[in-house]
Amino acid sequence: MKGRIHSLQSLGAVDGPGIRYVIFMQGCTLRCAYCHNPDTWAVTSGEEYSVDELLTKILRYKPYFAVNGGVTVSGGEPLLQWAFIAELFRRLHEEGIHTCLDTAGVGDLDGAREVLLLTDLVMCDLKFSNEADYLHYCQGNMNTVISFLKLTEALGIPLWIRHVVVPKLTDSKENILTISSIAAQFPNLQKLQLLPFKKACISKYNAMGIHFPLSDYDECPDSSIERLSKVVTSALA
Amino acid sequence: MNNQAWENFNSGNWQEEIDVRNFILTNYTPYEGNEEFLSTPTERTKMLLKKLNHLLELEKEFGGVLDIDTQTVSSLKNYNPGYLNKEIEIIVGLQTDRPLKRGVNPFGGVNMTRKACEAYGYKLSDKIENEFRYRTTHNEGVFRVYNDQIKAARHSGIITGLPDAYGRGRIIGDYRRVALYGVDKLIAEKEKDKTLVGDRNMDADNIRLLEELYQQITFLGYLKDMAFMYGYDISKPASTAREAVQWLYFAYLAAIKEQNGAAMSLGRVSTFLDIYFERDLKTGVITEQQAQEIFDDFVMKLRMARQLRTPGYNELFAGDPMWITEAIGGMAEDGRTLVTKSSFRILHTLYNLGPSAEPNLTILWSNRLPQSFKRYIAKVSCDTAAIQYENDDLMRPEFGDDYAIACCVSAMKIGKDMQFFGARANLAKLLLMSLNGGRDEISGQQVAPLHAPYEGEYLEYDRVLPLINIYREWLAKTYVNAMNIIHYMHDKYAYEKTQMALHDTTVHRFMAFGIAGMSVLADSLSAIKYAKVKCIRDETGLIRDFEISGEYPAFGNDDDRVDAIAKEQISLFFEELKKTPTYKNAEHTLSILTITSNVVYGRMTGTTPDGRKAGEPFAPGANPMHNREKNGALASLNSVAKLPYNLCKDGISNTFTIVPQALGHNKEEQYANLTAILDGYFMQKAHHINVNVLNKETLMDAYNNPDKYPNLTIRVSGYAVNFHRLSKKQQLEVISRTFHEAL
Repeated sequence: MKGRIHSLQSLGAVDGPGIRYVIFMQGCTLRCAYCHNPDTWAVTSGEEYSVDELLTKILRYKPYFAVNGGVTVSGGEPLLQWAFIAELFRRLHEEGIHTCLDTAGVGDLDGAREVLLLTDLVMCDLKFSNEADYLHYCQGNMNTVISFLKLTEALGIPLWIRHVVVPKLTDSKENILTISSIAAQFPNLQKLQLLPFKKACISKYNAMGIHFPLSDYDECPDSSIERLSKVVTSALA
Repeated sequence: MNNQAWENFNSGNWQEEIDVRNFILTNYTPYEGNEEFLSTPTERTKMLLKKLNHLLELEKEFGGVLDIDTQTVSSLKNYNPGYLNKEIEIIVGLQTDRPLKRGVNPFGGVNMTRKACEAYGYKLSDKIENEFRYRTTHNEGVFRVYNDQIKAARHSGIITGLPDAYGRGRIIGDYRRVALYGVDKLIAEKEKDKTLVGDRNMDADNIRLLEELYQQITFLGYLKDMAFMYGYDISKPASTAREAVQWLYFAYLAAIKEQNGAAMSLGRVSTFLDIYFERDLKTGVITEQQAQEIFDDFVMKLRMARQLRTPGYNELFAGDPMWITEAIGGMAEDGRTLVTKSSFRILHTLYNLGPSAEPNLTILWSNRLPQSFKRYIAKVSCDTAAIQYENDDLMRPEFGDDYAIACCVSAMKIGKDMQFFGARANLAKLLLMSLNGGRDEISGQQVAPLHAPYEGEYLEYDRVLPLINIYREWLAKTYVNAMNIIHYMHDKYAYEKTQMALHDTTVHRFMAFGIAGMSVLADSLSAIKYAKVKCIRDETGLIRDFEISGEYPAFGNDDDRVDAIAKEQISLFFEELKKTPTYKNAEHTLSILTITSNVVYGRMTGTTPDGRKAGEPFAPGANPMHNREKNGALASLNSVAKLPYNLCKDGISNTFTIVPQALGHNKEEQYANLTAILDGYFMQKAHHINVNVLNKETLMDAYNNPDKYPNLTIRVSGYAVNFHRLSKKQQLEVISRTFHEAL
């Protein structure tokens, strides 16, 4: 079995706990307005790797994983290639390596279950707080995401929910409160992380000849993240 | 007789003979707690610091040198006592009679001294010129003996940085002995040794040793006299913490008054001193605040240490470094950590006094260091970029648990090992010279013996290697012979009397060779093997340029195809060095370390087959070439970790720069992740790492607006430097290096 990989990153210290080897899978069905990696969208590009090939590479970094690091599979949308990920995670567990799935929570639920059974931590984006925005800004279906989150709850997988803060789009206190209340429904939630919207990806869009939908929006300052994180903390308390 | 000074200390072999290690192990108190006990600077410290910072400002305004005493030859007793502020200093002693005033030290070479004076608008006095007219310097001795081969190799830059015109340095006196035993006891022990040696047959070695012992004893006497000028009698052991620091500092001060060696390490003093601090704290003689105050004062003294250098020297070793290297932490052989509260106190000076390049604070890292200490040093790295790390778990089996670091990365048992340091061979240039039949690729001159140059349009791996073999043999032999001459003459004309008096009489000697351009050579050979490299010759047939088609695996990507080439070339060079015997039978060792001379080496080297253009800097030390690391930070570390320490016992230097955001979302995450990186790197038997946690934008801004960042300190190869003491060219070179971002 082969997986389509967009790229590999040997040091990810911001994609889950500890030092992590990060695998960016190729292919995504969503078209999020603030997507940082439009080059991961196409399901047919990327480079093919077998699980063995990946494992050989990953094991070179095992000394750095210490107690809480490990491997994060991100994307693209990793669940599009759920069978490959499940096999990879099974092999990583044999090596005693922590597995983290960074997903938007879309795709086939049965496939997701196979992966989740071998997942130590789920990081799931909750991109918007209502169905209309999900459809408008991501071409996605919010119900699917909620179903996925419920599945993580049913299986008792530690969960981080992440939400991108875009000034004048998702940075209102009301929106953050709604996101917090959705997140709070899941008893397996460990963390609700707010991520600042950045525009470093514009050059990628330009190079690909596609329009960046949020080019007129400002980047999110750290101060907003600090302010809104306090809203999250008190909402979840 | 030492009842009072040694009161409350546990007894041990240290009372029977000179054995500082035994004193430490029987008396020290390991500390596994956190940094919360530390004190902020006192008003007195702040006053002194204000004065020091003012003088440092002035020094900068004066073009880097505040003042030079051109009338006095630097030595232990030649200056009147000097003070920063006599009324409030707790630790005293300056190299000359005024702070930051530099002395002249012509014993290594009077030409260098003359040039250095002139470079800053001074003139070496006629008095000294006359004195040295009737005296041979180290430099003169060396050039009386150098043969044409050595001169040609030196001139072309295939061997650069030979310490043939100034003090060789890299010798670490066991300055602790003065505090623990007092000078009289040390003199008595040396007298005993001298009597024993005097009974031997009088061959050249024994005669030389007898004269050396005579000089050691004389200078121990001078050391006492020097301290006496400051009002201290150090003939007896120190009896308080403050005295212990003062005695030890006097010994170090004597060494840097006598010698202007490139690297003058302090050793491993903080845990030794901690024993005195613990005793005084327990008996209520001092408070924690006073303990910190003594460390702050001591470190301010170290920050004032200076030598007079020429601009040419500064190109090799930028930023006026002294390498006052202090090794901190590590583990004892009995399994206890050697971290004490004073390990924290000396690091804490970076907060109380602000970040600084000196002393060169070096953490001896073990996976078993206390977690709270690991977190603290990671924090210090993130806050100051002023410390470096070396693998205690790798060095301890080799050097025991009482070694220190000379210069940047060279381990030595304190008071038991010494080294003959010298220079680097430029292996990238060796490749080019091998292709060109011994001609220099820049000047076209015949430097190495004549041989048929490489023939054919494309470079073939199997035809290139035999040519390198021929010239490697020549280079290694020339290099060892040059070093033998240098160290023979240094012993003869500029012997380190004070420092060697603080060693055992019988010492183990290393001769420390070095290589530069390791990653350029590995990448070049990889390009020849895995891509296609076409030679471009000029009208004289000299290969001056290359055309590369196709891709090749570059060092720094954890790719065995090229990493194995690096290992093989290191091994071949080391084996070749060992074929030529050394002066005084020293053990051959090798380092992969360039300091900042990677820029100069690059300038002296033509275009290389890896795609590096003529004149472009090499990567520093064992670093992969800039921006060729495509697989991220850890892959780069993994490649360096593969280099064999058993062949490079003089050290393998790696400088690593990462942007803070890539280490974690917040400070605590950044500390934890930096710790995990260090653990993972050292677990793979890597030797050394400089860590900079910095954004490229910060350095760019500092480049353009120096006034905004007066104390910006960064780690370069093996030491820390104030960014503004680098030349603009060196600053740009640092900025051009890889900043790891995992974004």
